[in-house]
Amino acid sequence: MLRLPPLELRRPTTVGDAAAMLAAAGDAARLVAGGTDLWPNMKRRHQRADTVISLTGIDTLRGIRLEAEALRIGATTTLSAIVRDARVRQAYPGLARAVASISSPPLRNMGTLGGNLCVDTRCTYYNQSEEWRRAIDYCLKEAGEICWVATKSPRCWAHSASDAAPMLCALGASVQLASEHGERRLPVADLYRDDGIDYLAKHPHEIVTDVRVPAASESGRCRSAFWKLRRRGAIDFAVLSVAAAVWLSADGRVERAALYLGAVGSRPTAVEGAEQVLAGRRLDDENIAAVCRLAHRAARPMDNTDFVPAWRGKMVEKYTEAALREIAGLPVARAAPRHGLVGV
Amino acid sequence: MTVCDSATASFVVNGEAQTIAFPVHHTLLEVLRERCGLPGTKHGCELGECGTCSVLVDGEPVLSCLLLAIEASGRRIETVEGLQQGNRLHPLQRAFADLGAAQCGYCTPGMLMVAKALLRTHPEPTAAQIEEALSGNLCRCTGYGRIVQAVQWAAAMLRGDPWRPPAEAFFGATATDDAGTS
Amino acid sequence: MNDRWDSRSADRAPPVDAENDVAAATVARQPGIAPRLIGQPFTRVDARAKVTGQAQFADDIALPRMTYLKLVRSTAAHARIRGIDLAAARRVPGVLGFLSGRDLPQPYGILPVSEDEHALALDTVRYVGDPIVAVAATSEEQAHEAALAVIIDYQPLTTIASVEQALDTPEPRIHQYGEQGNIHKTVSLAFGDTAAGFEAAECLLEDTFFYEGNTHLALEQHAAVAVPEDDERITVYSSTQTPHYVHRALAKVLGLPAARIRVIACTNGGGFGGKTDPFNHEIAVAKMALELGRPVKVTLSREEVFYCHRGRHPVLMHLRTGFRRDGTITAQHLRTALDGGAYGSYGVASTYYTGALPTTTYHLPAYRFEAVRAFTNKPPCGPKRGHGTPQPRYALEVHLDKAAHVLGIDPAELRLRNIASAGSVTTNWLQLGTIGLAKCIEAVVAGSGWRKRYGRLRHGRGLGLACGAYLCGAGLPIYWNHMPQSGVHIKLDRSGNVAVFCGEAEIGQGSDSVLAAIVAEILGIALADIRLCVADTDLTPVDLGSYSSRVTLMVGHAAVEAAERARAVIAKAVAAQLGVPAEQLVFAERRVFDARDPASGLPFADAVVAAEARYGTLVTAGSYTPPRAPGRYRGSGVGPSPTYSYTAAVIEVEVDPETGLFDVEHVWIAHDIGRAINPVLALGQIEGSVYMGLGEAMMEEQAFRRLPPRLSGALVHKMPSMLEYKSPSFQDMPEITSYLIESPDPQGPFGAKEVGQGPLLPIIPALANAVFDAVGVRIDQVPIQPDLLLKALAAAEKGREPRIGPNAFPDVDFGEPLRVPTPQQGGDGRALDDPRRQQAPGTRSADGTMSEREQALRKGHDAALTTP
Repeated sequence: MLRLPPLELRRPTTVGDAAAMLAAAGDAARLVAGGTDLWPNMKRRHQRADTVISLTGIDTLRGIRLEAEALRIGATTTLSAIVRDARVRQAYPGLARAVASISSPPLRNMGTLGGNLCVDTRCTYYNQSEEWRRAIDYCLKEAGEICWVATKSPRCWAHSASDAAPMLCALGASVQLASEHGERRLPVADLYRDDGIDYLAKHPHEIVTDVRVPAASESGRCRSAFWKLRRRGAIDFAVLSVAAAVWLSADGRVERAALYLGAVGSRPTAVEGAEQVLAGRRLDDENIAAVCRLAHRAARPMDNTDFVPAWRGKMVEKYTEAALREIAGLPVARAAPRHGLVGV
Repeated sequence: MTVCDSATASFVVNGEAQTIAFPVHHTLLEVLRERCGLPGTKHGCELGECGTCSVLVDGEPVLSCLLLAIEASGRRIETVEGLQQGNRLHPLQRAFADLGAAQCGYCTPGMLMVAKALLRTHPEPTAAQIEEALSGNLCRCTGYGRIVQAVQWAAAMLRGDPWRPPAEAFFGATATDDAGTS
Repeated sequence: MNDRWDSRSADRAPPVDAENDVAAATVARQPGIAPRLIGQPFTRVDARAKVTGQAQFADDIALPRMTYLKLVRSTAAHARIRGIDLAAARRVPGVLGFLSGRDLPQPYGILPVSEDEHALALDTVRYVGDPIVAVAATSEEQAHEAALAVIIDYQPLTTIASVEQALDTPEPRIHQYGEQGNIHKTVSLAFGDTAAGFEAAECLLEDTFFYEGNTHLALEQHAAVAVPEDDERITVYSSTQTPHYVHRALAKVLGLPAARIRVIACTNGGGFGGKTDPFNHEIAVAKMALELGRPVKVTLSREEVFYCHRGRHPVLMHLRTGFRRDGTITAQHLRTALDGGAYGSYGVASTYYTGALPTTTYHLPAYRFEAVRAFTNKPPCGPKRGHGTPQPRYALEVHLDKAAHVLGIDPAELRLRNIASAGSVTTNWLQLGTIGLAKCIEAVVAGSGWRKRYGRLRHGRGLGLACGAYLCGAGLPIYWNHMPQSGVHIKLDRSGNVAVFCGEAEIGQGSDSVLAAIVAEILGIALADIRLCVADTDLTPVDLGSYSSRVTLMVGHAAVEAAERARAVIAKAVAAQLGVPAEQLVFAERRVFDARDPASGLPFADAVVAAEARYGTLVTAGSYTPPRAPGRYRGSGVGPSPTYSYTAAVIEVEVDPETGLFDVEHVWIAHDIGRAINPVLALGQIEGSVYMGLGEAMMEEQAFRRLPPRLSGALVHKMPSMLEYKSPSFQDMPEITSYLIESPDPQGPFGAKEVGQGPLLPIIPALANAVFDAVGVRIDQVPIQPDLLLKALAAAEKGREPRIGPNAFPDVDFGEPLRVPTPQQGGDGRALDDPRRQQAPGTRSADGTMSEREQALRKGHDAALTTP
């Protein structure tokens, strides 16, 4: 049986305590909430920590609250609780779908939104056991000198693995960060850096405490969709996801639009220029096709996960088209991916 | 606030209060199998990728390989060993047994526990709901169809509904003549 | 746990054809009584243990003073070991001891012709994952920490990653044996006059196919516990399908008399062929237990299970077939190239199997078969469900689909026209039994609406049909011997309890239930009256194990014989007591009674008392040795079986031409099972085969990453995890309609044939054929990836060949073929130019035919029956 290495566990009950512990423990400390990312990584020894600080004892980090300006989701709210929440499902169907697509139901009962946002970037040369990684003399992301995905690359190409992140980026959500120096708020889109190793823009001593999604009143005309490509109808990480949020005027014209791609870059990848193409127009075949071309250009699928990169690149257009057609209420050629909200 | 590298925890396991000491980095899977004398919970990857080790914590399915036992302290844990009442099998157990939904039986404990949680909230689940609820549990033997039917059968038994899987599930489909034979 | 379905008898009568009922005839010494248990969907005997968590798998064993073993495995793909540094590992707290190759120098291997494995590498490692050192500690985590601290100094050797590279790279040799260079084995056989057959053909078709390797992925990771006893005795519990072969390997490598080693196979958490070899960890754990004098447990990680492998060989195949205009086949030439991985395993058998069984489904008047197996620096390949036959079956069935289109014949009709004749001897000298293939085809054709729908569905929707056949037990044991392949003991006593002892191993397929049901049926008792003791080499008579779909047939026959002997003894005693002829007695309803006067009789327990009083303590035995196969040429040992099962399947698929993604919508599958001992278990095997077949066809790959050679010699498993090795989930399975085609086979107990492996065979080609029907492109390689489909569709659009697949077969010198005249040519089963033709009768046959045994028995050459 694969087991965890010995560690010291701390279980603070307030954010302040947690922030203080984190600062005091230095680089050898890590945060854990659901444990669905950290524990596998530690079992395989590609993440290490002498001290682990569990956020599960902090009650204020849990729960979904409707506030005046935003829907506030506590960072350790489980993914299941989000999927089950009627407010989320009604106002942000794309978010409900994105979260419902994460791994499997038992894992969603453990995994948290904050954890999903901070989930480590992934790569088939990295998410392997210590022994396996020795066999390739490690990789750039950990201890090695070469990125085996692109051997001449000076950077690591591990891909973003969060399903919630691209959707929250598209919805214009923000995260609250707390540290011993205080708190700050950051758009989710600014939480990420385009680097497979140093993928989070937050300081290691900062704790994600909540996520705020612009309020339902503001998003009344917001339509969201999330399309995820993966091998199986469950368990798998995305090899591509398309998260789209489009705000429509009363006459059906696009007021705002945001599209982000998951798993085809080291961070959620913005489809730049999509809003310019769509603004003031209706979602029709021509506009959608133009956005699809932009999406294809933005994606950088690499040989670091399932399926061949070139095909995943082609699928960027197809899945972007599907997401936008879904938002436009147009028929979608391919049946929706087999995940979703059936049993929740 | 607690600081610990070894731990003593109390939880209610299958209705029985237990207080157990274990290293803090041990998962619920290890503690159940190796300290509580409950090896009925199995493991297939210990990385959260197969669902085999699913147990219920406060009624919710979780992957015991990814939950530190200390984090389950004070909570209600259910494993396959707690499913039967006395010597009477739970309807899920009866249905799995009679329908051949357990072949090698290795994924069965996890399947049973996730199914139990489903039936608590969905007394009459559709096939799609069962497939979704169990979608994190892999089985290499059955092809899943019998598991779906067994859960439906158990749900019917629990409702007192006489529904049972069709004869086809016990004897196979009946070959018919092809009307279109040329 | 009981035969509840007996009394409740579900919604309709079981599909028993009473008029043509060999099963009833087998039990006909029970006048007028049809089987009560056999054929009924009774609850499997191990069900309760499995749904309550009581079933004990190997890793569930915990013993006082138990210690834990971990293997240090190679991180180099191909290297000499220059040194092993244990210094840091020794300092890890809790460490108790180490073993290395020098402690276990004796080589072993499942096949006597390829004993090329060492429990721990002697001086060379041959794949990433090859075990080098074993370390024991008081806890598993300490053992793992110590294993990580062991430093191995490697001197790298050229890494060989593929068959093509192996053929081009004779040096360095991965092994110092084999035919030459890195070629492990070649086969070249010619049955009949293929040249004339091709000459006579009105249509010649050639195709090249590739089938990627894949692995068993049993959910239970292999585990073993070794318990030392006094006097150099040891007990080893293991998750193994073949306790007998593990027993032999342990005796050989440990250097202990076999009688002092006891192997107990725990119930297996899935096997599928992945637990049929003796493994490094089983030997190392036993040695360590003897060294430490304490119980030692080893449980492999999921990653290590991928390194054990012994799964499906990657096979490149070339097929050339001649047809007449009416679709009948005139000749066929099959060439296969197998990527064997780093060791022999069952590979020689696998190699022969890629060419052995095409003739069991279709009549091939002339047939030529050439094969090569190469060593590569990857985990060894071996037997997985269908052992060596799914790859060529896929090739053949897609090839036939293409032929049907060229010839303008419906694919179902084309197959019906070529079906082999029941009871015939094939071109390659296999003795066929009953053949229910036509009925199978008819069932799935009717069920799927084939005749109205095939070729007529809208673009994107398609139907595909394919067939298959499989062994009901390999005709020969793995090692040459003259003894039975299966034995059963029955112990009866005055309590009425019947204890049944057999070496068979339950791997989830239901073998315990088949064994118990047969004994219960013949003795007229309930399943609950039977106590099973299985898979214990000290206590149970030898059965060779759960592989080659042999258990139902072979254990079944041994059980029938043992039970009928018990019944005969009891009947004699009861007959004397009641004053009626023994033949008139019926065993049923837990009673023994007079068929003419059912009120006159004894409860079963009293009947046993009568027998025990009259004849003393009661034990009976039964055994089974398969009939001798007619082939006598070198290589004829692979392929023979007492009879063969047949399957046909139709698959409906929906392909999205925009993305190449596809969904399997429905599978109709009909299996000629002879007679289902238990239809629920049989259906479970069919559905599980469909599942595994679809996994192979759609997504499963045991694939490897070769790093750029200028930077690294690494060759690593691409995805040794449950996450990245894609096993279909609940969300990925279609609806399945299964038909049990029952026409009892006289070779099977109660007419039964196998069902565990055969139903997988047609699934892969049926999907490929359905994809063609849906969008008109051929994907001539497995798995069928969406990107390949999209490429083929793009090619079609541009007017290029709408096909993706391999185009060339490597240039291999197969040598002069062994020419074997066919039965139709008046052959005698021997090769024309085989030097062994002149061998004296009674001597050991290296090819392992059973003819010498029969001759020796006939002539009283008893000495010839004792072989090393």
